[in-house]
Amino acid sequence: MADLRDLYQEVILEHSKQPRNYFELGDANHQAEGYNPLCGDHFTVYLKMDGEKIQDVSFQGSGCAISKASASMMTQSVKGKTLVEAEKIFEQFHKLVTGAEHNGTQEELGKLAVFSGVSEFPVRVKCATLAWHTLHAALEGKQEAISTE
Amino acid sequence: MTTAPNTYTEFRPVATAAHHGYDVQRVRRDFPILAQRVHGKPLVYLDNAATTQKPQQVLEAIVRYYSEDNANVHRGVHQLSERATEAYERARGIAQRFLNAARPEEIIFVRGTTEAINLIAQTYGRHSVVAGDEIIITAMEHHSNIVPWQMLCEEKGARLRVVPINDRGELILEEYEKLLGPKTKLVAVGHVSNALGTINPVHRIVELAHQQGVPVLVDGAQAAPRMKVDVRELDADFYAFSGHKIYGPTGIGVLYGKTSLLDVMPPYQGGGDMISSVTFEKTLYNKLPHKFEAGTPHMEGAIGLGAALEYVNRLGIENIQAHEQDVLAYATEQVAAVPGTRLIGTAREKTGVLSFVLEPIHPHDIGTILDQEGIAIRTGHHCAQPVMQRFGVPATARASFGLYNTREEVDALVRGLNKVREVFA
Repeated sequence: MADLRDLYQEVILEHSKQPRNYFELGDANHQAEGYNPLCGDHFTVYLKMDGEKIQDVSFQGSGCAISKASASMMTQSVKGKTLVEAEKIFEQFHKLVTGAEHNGTQEELGKLAVFSGVSEFPVRVKCATLAWHTLHAALEGKQEAISTE
Repeated sequence: MTTAPNTYTEFRPVATAAHHGYDVQRVRRDFPILAQRVHGKPLVYLDNAATTQKPQQVLEAIVRYYSEDNANVHRGVHQLSERATEAYERARGIAQRFLNAARPEEIIFVRGTTEAINLIAQTYGRHSVVAGDEIIITAMEHHSNIVPWQMLCEEKGARLRVVPINDRGELILEEYEKLLGPKTKLVAVGHVSNALGTINPVHRIVELAHQQGVPVLVDGAQAAPRMKVDVRELDADFYAFSGHKIYGPTGIGVLYGKTSLLDVMPPYQGGGDMISSVTFEKTLYNKLPHKFEAGTPHMEGAIGLGAALEYVNRLGIENIQAHEQDVLAYATEQVAAVPGTRLIGTAREKTGVLSFVLEPIHPHDIGTILDQEGIAIRTGHHCAQPVMQRFGVPATARASFGLYNTREEVDALVRGLNKVREVFA
């Protein structure tokens, strides 16, 4: 069970049960849909940009515990950040969950470090990054739903 | 098979008389892959609707073929080519008898059920379907029995009609009868649903279609491994199944077709083996079944499939069915008793498959946690997204049973599900 607890950390389970910023942002000026056709996970990320700054961010959709918690914690971590800062966090988060970098990133990632266990479960990397890819698409103003495949 | 008292009933005095003589522990020893540990736990393989494991007899047949007989078929005058041809055609004969087809030429070797359906869509379909025609499928089809027809309909300006299902996951036959009409060109229906386990009343479906002069293609991918199929008794016009789902290799499958239909159908692919003579002015096509088997065939696959069918025959498909029914009944009862589970697909006639959700836990999380317990199940939409939409779930967890699964493995599944609940408590 030790391995499983690495993946399903308390914080992750808590966020999956009670996701933060889980609503449709009424005055969003960017949004994108993300979809994982393999497992059916489907999220919409809403952004309110003020120039280069993410003034507000929210999401809605359905998915597994990992994808939902990841989306929830992502909204917390990028709110108030600039586009460049948000992309930087995503880059570090991606390294964390794919196991590409073991040292140095965790501090900068803050709470997001709880996702480090994902790297032991390669098939779940897509779950952890779906919301981030969707955020990325929203920032770029992509119109079509993005897919993990 | 031994007729000695089997270990199965010794373990479980409640086992019914149906397995008398079916020694599942002995059967398991034929499958080398099953005797392993995954994440430190004994492997419990419950993903048989996706693919099955292969018995030693199949592995040996393939090794023997490559060690002793390998050459190209239908070509050489030399000894090895003769032996390879004999082994390949012998496999066709085994498949013919397995389905009780009238003639070996009615057995076309294909890559699998998907290719079989595409073959019919691209030959029979393109040859006979015109604008305004209709093709009938059902709401519980696998994507492989939906998409080839959509492609055909789009090309021809034809219309796809879908027979709805009820809340148990059974076809609504009255609706099917209403859809059948003068515009119907073909009915394509799954014998057993891979997502729900429903056994469809294909006999009745064929009968009703034939009253209107409409041919029927039966997708037997999930049925052939677990119940007796007799294409003549069923009077199916086409019947397809996959080797890898019936304990044989991947990349090989069978398309059965009535001679009267196969004869008038255009070829599927062009190439070697499917011709009798070629000039730049005119090519004459080979006779059945070679007309539909262009190129060097999957000889190893066919031979492995033949060995798999012989293996199934030796155990007896009725015995396999009785055994799987017992495991399914036990699993249905045990899994339904786990708090929070909801079964998806509760047809009165079903086999092999137990689809469920454990709300509010996502199937993907169930799959990961069970995997840590050494238990392999499928999670997702099972290539049947319309079924998921019908039942209002994004995905399900699916345990599917094969001839080597035991009640003890069902107990392991239930323990695993309780662990899932613990993690998410």
